Amino acid sequence: MGSRASTLLRDEELEEIKKETGFSHSQITRLYSRFTSLDKGENGTLRKIDNHLPWWQMFTCWISREDFQRIPELAINPLGDRIINAFFPEGEDQVNFRGFMRTLAHFRPIEDNEKSKDVNGPEPLNSRSNKLHFAFRLYDLDKDDKISRDELLQVLRMMVGVNISDEQLGSIADRTIQEADQDGDSAISFTEFVKVLEKVDVEQKMSIRFLH
Amino acid sequence: MLQAILPLLGMPLPGAGAGVDDRAAGESVLPPAGLPLLRWQWHEVEAPYLVALWILVASLAKIVFHLSRKVTSVVPESCLLILLGLVLGGIVLAVAKKAEYQLEPGTFFLFLLPPIVLDSGYFMPSRLFFDNLGAILTYAVVGTLWNSFTTGAALWGLQQAGLMAPTVQAGLLDFLLFGSLISAVDPVAVLAVFEEVHVNETLFIIVFGESLLNDAVTVVLYKVYNSFVEMGSVNVQAIDYVKGVASLFVVSLGGAAVGLVFAFLLALTTRFTKRVRIIEPLLVFLLAYAAYLTAEMASLSAILAVTMCGVGCKKYVEANISHKSRTAVKYTMKTLASCAETVIFMLLGISAVDSSKWAWDTGLVLGTLFFILLFRALGVVLQTWALNQFRLVPLDKIDQVVMSYGGLRGAVAFALVILLDKTKVPAKDYFVATTIVVVFFTVIVQGLTIKPLVKWLKVKRSDHHKPTLNQELHEHTFDHILAAVEDVVGHHGYHYWRDRWEQFDKKYLSQLLMRRSAYRIRDQIWDVYYKLNIRDAISFVDQGGHVLSSAGLTLPSMPNRNSAAETSVTNLLRESGSGACLDLQVIDTVRSGKDREDAIMHHLLSGGLYKPRRRYKASCSRHFISEDAQARQDKEVFQQNMKRRLESFKSTKHNVCLSKSKLRLRKAGRKKDGSADKETPNGKPHRASNLPDTAAVILAVESEEESDSSETEKEDDEGIVFVARATNEVFQEHKVPGHGSMEVCPSPRIIPPSPTCAEKELPWKSGQGDLAVYVSSETTKIVPVDMQTGWNQSISSLESLASPPCAQAALRAAHPLTCAPPRGDELRDPLAALVTPSPEPHTGFTFTPSLAKAGRSRSESSADIPEQQELQPLMAPEDRGCLSPGTANARWLIQFNRAGRL
Repeated sequence: MGSRASTLLRDEELEEIKKETGFSHSQITRLYSRFTSLDKGENGTLRKIDNHLPWWQMFTCWISREDFQRIPELAINPLGDRIINAFFPEGEDQVNFRGFMRTLAHFRPIEDNEKSKDVNGPEPLNSRSNKLHFAFRLYDLDKDDKISRDELLQVLRMMVGVNISDEQLGSIADRTIQEADQDGDSAISFTEFVKVLEKVDVEQKMSIRFLH
Repeated sequence: MLQAILPLLGMPLPGAGAGVDDRAAGESVLPPAGLPLLRWQWHEVEAPYLVALWILVASLAKIVFHLSRKVTSVVPESCLLILLGLVLGGIVLAVAKKAEYQLEPGTFFLFLLPPIVLDSGYFMPSRLFFDNLGAILTYAVVGTLWNSFTTGAALWGLQQAGLMAPTVQAGLLDFLLFGSLISAVDPVAVLAVFEEVHVNETLFIIVFGESLLNDAVTVVLYKVYNSFVEMGSVNVQAIDYVKGVASLFVVSLGGAAVGLVFAFLLALTTRFTKRVRIIEPLLVFLLAYAAYLTAEMASLSAILAVTMCGVGCKKYVEANISHKSRTAVKYTMKTLASCAETVIFMLLGISAVDSSKWAWDTGLVLGTLFFILLFRALGVVLQTWALNQFRLVPLDKIDQVVMSYGGLRGAVAFALVILLDKTKVPAKDYFVATTIVVVFFTVIVQGLTIKPLVKWLKVKRSDHHKPTLNQELHEHTFDHILAAVEDVVGHHGYHYWRDRWEQFDKKYLSQLLMRRSAYRIRDQIWDVYYKLNIRDAISFVDQGGHVLSSAGLTLPSMPNRNSAAETSVTNLLRESGSGACLDLQVIDTVRSGKDREDAIMHHLLSGGLYKPRRRYKASCSRHFISEDAQARQDKEVFQQNMKRRLESFKSTKHNVCLSKSKLRLRKAGRKKDGSADKETPNGKPHRASNLPDTAAVILAVESEEESDSSETEKEDDEGIVFVARATNEVFQEHKVPGHGSMEVCPSPRIIPPSPTCAEKELPWKSGQGDLAVYVSSETTKIVPVDMQTGWNQSISSLESLASPPCAQAALRAAHPLTCAPPRGDELRDPLAALVTPSPEPHTGFTFTPSLAKAGRSRSESSADIPEQQELQPLMAPEDRGCLSPGTANARWLIQFNRAGRL
């Protein structure tokens, strides 16, 4: 599997992904094989898409929402759907390996040598604020950079059991917003979101260990 | 330790006791000459008496240490206790000419150790523990093995090199045995020191978890070597080594299994204690202790058993037992643990003076000290290096320094070394002396220096912040995200298994082990919300108990109100008003002068009457009031918090209409009514069914009652929910007098005088200080939960009568007085506007903050005041100045009098 994956994955692309996401060579290959194995939709593995793309991307692997939804554990994850959505660029329902890796890169642990690295360069995908932003986007459905009460309520409803009444959920949502709200707009903006989580070790709590 | 007497303390007693004993002995020979008037029976009470005295001495010592904050901030308590023990031991030695009171291994293992371990297991932050389980296990198992082998071997090498006195007769096995007992990090010592150091949680859990879990390894090594030594090294066969290795697994896994079985039993038992709440705390202790003893009996790792029992049962037990039991468990556990810890350290000090057990060898002592430090550091560095290959967040060098330096040895080592058999281990005396020195060195020297070291190295400290809903919620989201990402990546890592476990727990374990009602409301986010609210509610009650109880007085009148279905607005007015206040009579009676007197009498009476109800609450609040600046500061912080929170309540509920135009304002008001109405059908039956419990919980006095339909915990929730929704009721209530005065009610003016007259007296009379008062207004808000049915009825009927508050805006304009600070202005306005139709009530609003100060008396004085009080916290946040009670009060009084004259 691994060898097939690596042959399908062009070196140029691999380098680019490596640069963009910070994953190591072996991690990318491993994830690529996972990626291809996810794609078992009937709508075909290899598709010709856009002619403007470099040639190696013309025949490339795209996976769709259904492919994600086929993962059994994801189906029982209360936030599963939203997380799946987070993989897809706006307005599209397919994602290529590049996009897939870009999303996963959010969860790469921050390594020591990255902490002090160039401040001026583009922020790495796995920076604290990017990690937070990923989480924030899960709440913020309408993309107005604010978590409104309704959006919060929706998430709450997904995450807590059915046993909690709407009324109770409402009061939780109210209180959550009160806690975070600083400018009095009854919604949580991203700055407020960052602020309430400033004491949380986000770097650790939003990272997983990718096998080497 | 129990048998003998502590001369220092016993001095007055034994003197008396001894004399009496002789007499008693004489009496036993002769036939008793009549009925003895007084008999001393010292010997019958000696043992328990001494135990009690010991603990008393230890506790008093603790108190003395903590008299000076300076001392305890520099010197850890454990050091002080050991030093005290040394002094006491010295006195004992001087007085009795022989050393008494040793730390007996039996006492230590059976009575002193279990509470400490249970406490640490039960209150172990389980998430953190399991997050770092890999590291903890590595350090506990590999680290301890490494330490014991290397220390033992190095010491043996030292002896071979001739650096020890030839009197130290010990072979390799003896040294390995000694190495095994001296190498284990001691949970008691670590806990005592690290709890005061406040390093970051990860570091703490690793060191502490290691100290707990290494017990299994220590016990196994100790037992294996001990039996090898007893068998003699020549008789040890290969099979014995295999057995030794196997026993490591048996002892550790067996101990853990015993603990989990008892945790299961404990959780299951507490599921059925609904009607016998009182034994819940007892069950926790009994079963945990049973786990300890069972493991000890089967020579498994008892520490591991009780740790696992504590860790395993906590979630379910906490969900099952009542709130009070939870507090009881917590306090009893902490008390026992701290008692045991104190006694252990003191006895350690005392034991050290017994020179008969000592045999000093400089080479051995220095060598041991050097080696345990060296190998600890070496082991930590090596293991950390290996672990960091796998850890998400690597442990940095500073962490490693603290971990190496934090490897304290303690009473476990001492107890184990005392247990050695002198005939089999000829060098026991040397080992005892060395152990004592090592323990003292680590506890005193390292304990003293670790704090400055941590400061100097700038180790990440733990910041103790209260959990916030946001954190809890978002961390849950993170967990879900990570689990999902692991699924996507297809890598079954830690998050995957944790997720699996949580699913399993939710599906089966929780169903089985939690009572249904507890299971239903079981959710971590909800839990945090619930706890936050409970904490606030408790502080409300603690600080303002009297208003609570005065509101409790209204309860008997509840049924009437519920049944009342009059359409007369006056009645409805009264009803809605009385929902929040017991003084409904005032409204009616104030009309005549005589009635006014009655009203005053009524206040006097109610002031006196509710005393029995509040009982301890009252005394509680007294204490709170009379407390010093510290308490006041706390209170201020608390008030600030509440204000901020309530402010946002207001902003969610009211603000909407404030900043907008007239039209919007009216619309919003309507909308709110509508929504409240809509809520009524939903909320009513639900709440109605729970009424008795609600009352029980909220008036904490009777909370032990439980109806069969639901549990206290749940009812607490109801109360909380009410708090959150209070604004609705408030709103409506305010509308009521407003409309009444404008359109329907023939005599709206009768309302204000009553507060006035009552107020005139009460604010002075009740010079209760400002503390209780602010909060009390809150409590009124909480209390009337059970009156909501009444309200809802009256409100719905009022809806038909009352027209929309059209005059609000106009009136608002007409009353510029209403709003003193411009900032508060817009927030208060709608509320004020709703009430302003009758000018008098609004005086109350003008000084909302000050009203809070006087709120207590007011709540008793009239029907519409409580309404304002309910509003008041909503508005109070605006006025930071309200914290200076004097000015606010004065202002308010003046205004109020003016209103009265009106």
